[in-house]
Formats: sequence, structure tokens, C-alpha cells
Amino acid sequence: MHEMMVAQSLLATISDEAAKHNAKPVGAKVSCGKLYAINDEALCFAFEAIAKGTLCEDVTLEIEHKPVRAKCKNCNQSFDVELSQPRCSKCGSGDFELLPDAPLILEEIELQTD
Amino acid sequence: MEKIKVGKKILGENEKYAFENILFLTERKKLCLNMISSPGSGKTTILTRTISELKDKIKIGIIEGDIQTDIDAERIRATEAPVVQINTNGACHLSAAQISAALRKLPVEDLNLIIIENVGNLVCPSAFELGENGKIVVLSVAEGDDKPAKYPAIFAKSKVLLINKIDLLGAGVEDFSIERVKVDARKLNKGIEIFPISAKTGEGFANWYDWLLKSVEESST
Repeated sequence: MHEMMVAQSLLATISDEAAKHNAKPVGAKVSCGKLYAINDEALCFAFEAIAKGTLCEDVTLEIEHKPVRAKCKNCNQSFDVELSQPRCSKCGSGDFELLPDAPLILEEIELQTD
Repeated sequence: MEKIKVGKKILGENEKYAFENILFLTERKKLCLNMISSPGSGKTTILTRTISELKDKIKIGIIEGDIQTDIDAERIRATEAPVVQINTNGACHLSAAQISAALRKLPVEDLNLIIIENVGNLVCPSAFELGENGKIVVLSVAEGDDKPAKYPAIFAKSKVLLINKIDLLGAGVEDFSIERVKVDARKLNKGIEIFPISAKTGEGFANWYDWLLKSVEESST
């Protein structure tokens, strides 16, 4: 349940951003690399629990998982790694280096306008 | 409804502390390793043996992470190594801010190596950088040889894999293939060092010590 810490950090960031626009947030788009092992259900559950009674209580989360990227040492191309069958998608080589996982990013928030 | 682009990093706070920890350790030329595994894989026993057997060569300090109790810290203390216990009170991983505070409680100047024993958990700790120089993942043979395939993140991110409790192979655990673990772990992480060991008998520790002493040496220059 590392999703709880992510939810806390997310709640703080969404609140800050919404406050800048003086509006109530109702949605947020988040992206993260697959190696963060974020479970959508757990993150939404944690977020809902801590957002209750705050400015963010009506926020619906949308989570995008970015593929793990790697650079092939055989053909030098970068590619998306399939974790269950890790092979270069261009030349099929198993000799590659993982590139840093995509960070957890709050991409976008949706604000209520009346 | 109005959509606003944000593009801000979450966990920025954790990253900030992790970066401070990297600076703190690099300035002092100290090696810091983050040890991660499931509960019961033998992390503490590996550490007590390592501390005792290398005590004439290097000074090791330990940061103990547990949800509750200081049972593990007491076991480390019995080796006379300096230890700081962190109780997470329910949290499944250590954060960089906790490590920052713990580093200031250890006699870092007198140490060659700091090992963080993370909360027993094969998933969550791998997502939180603490400012360490490398991760050590421990897998005991009783857990099964399918773990690198099922929990790829931690095996992809670690510098070293210790396969522990090999004394149980053929003595209760019959269906664990070290070869399968090696192949699966290297699929995602070609450079990972793999040492089969028994913290109970000491088998295989010589290779682990060679790697550890070499890494301490590299960090100190």
C-alpha cells in the first residue's frame, strides 16, 4: 500500500494547483512508469479516503501507466519493454539496458466552472 | 469544466530528501545500500553475520526499518554495530525523509558502509528512492523460484541479488531452481550480481564479501 503515500502527495499537489485558479477540482490525470507498481484501485481507494471533507473530495482520478523503456545494446534502438517477455522489439536481442522509469506526474487537473 | 495542464512531479518531497541524502553520503565518501525483501527471507541474519565476519575490515552501521518493534535492532545491537531503528507504524516502506533523520543519528564519520534494512515487502519499497548507492534484493529459496518473473520491479532495479537459505535445497525445499532465478533476473537486469548464500551456515558469503569490500573501496576514493 505505498499508494497511500502517493495519494497524500497527490492530494497536496492537486489542492495547491486548484487554489492557484481559485476553483474546485473535479478530476485529475496522473501518469507513472510501470516499475512504480501503482495499483489503480488501491490508489483511488486511498485518495478517496483522505480527500473526504477536503476541497478535493469530488476528484476522479485517471491513471496512465507508461511502459518501461530500454535501450538495446545490439541495435542501439530504444524500445518499450514487455515485462513478461523482455526482448528488443526491433531486433529481438535480450541484451539491453533499462532506462529510468517515467516519474509520477500530475499531468492535468479538471476544474469546476460555473 | 476547464482542464489545466500541470506537469508536476508527485513524490517531489521524497525525491528532494533522497537527493539531499545522496549529497550527504557522497561528500563523506560513504557507501549506502538499501536491502529489500519479503518478510522472513533472512535480511537481519545476513546482516549480523556480515557485520561480525567483516568487523576487522570495515565498520558497518545499520538503519532498521520495521512496522513495529525493535526486535531486529536488538539483534544488530548484539553485534555492537551502531543501529538506528525506524518504526513506520503501518507504512509498508521507508521514506527518504526518515533516512535523512536516521543518518544524522549514526556516527557516519566512523563508518565505511551504511546498510538500510527496509520494511519486509517485495513491492512498495522498490518505488521509493532513499538516496542509496544501490539496492540489494534478498530472495530465500522457500519463497519459490518464480519471484523475479512475478515481481520484476525490484529485480530490475537491484545491483545485487542474494539467494538465501540454500542450506534448505534438497533438505525440505526440493523444487527451487537457482538457474531459473538467474535467467529471469537477468532478463530485465543483465548486470545484476547474483550470490547464492546460506546465512545459517555461511556458505557463499565469500563472494558477497568480495563484492561488498570492493564497492566500499570504490566509494571511499
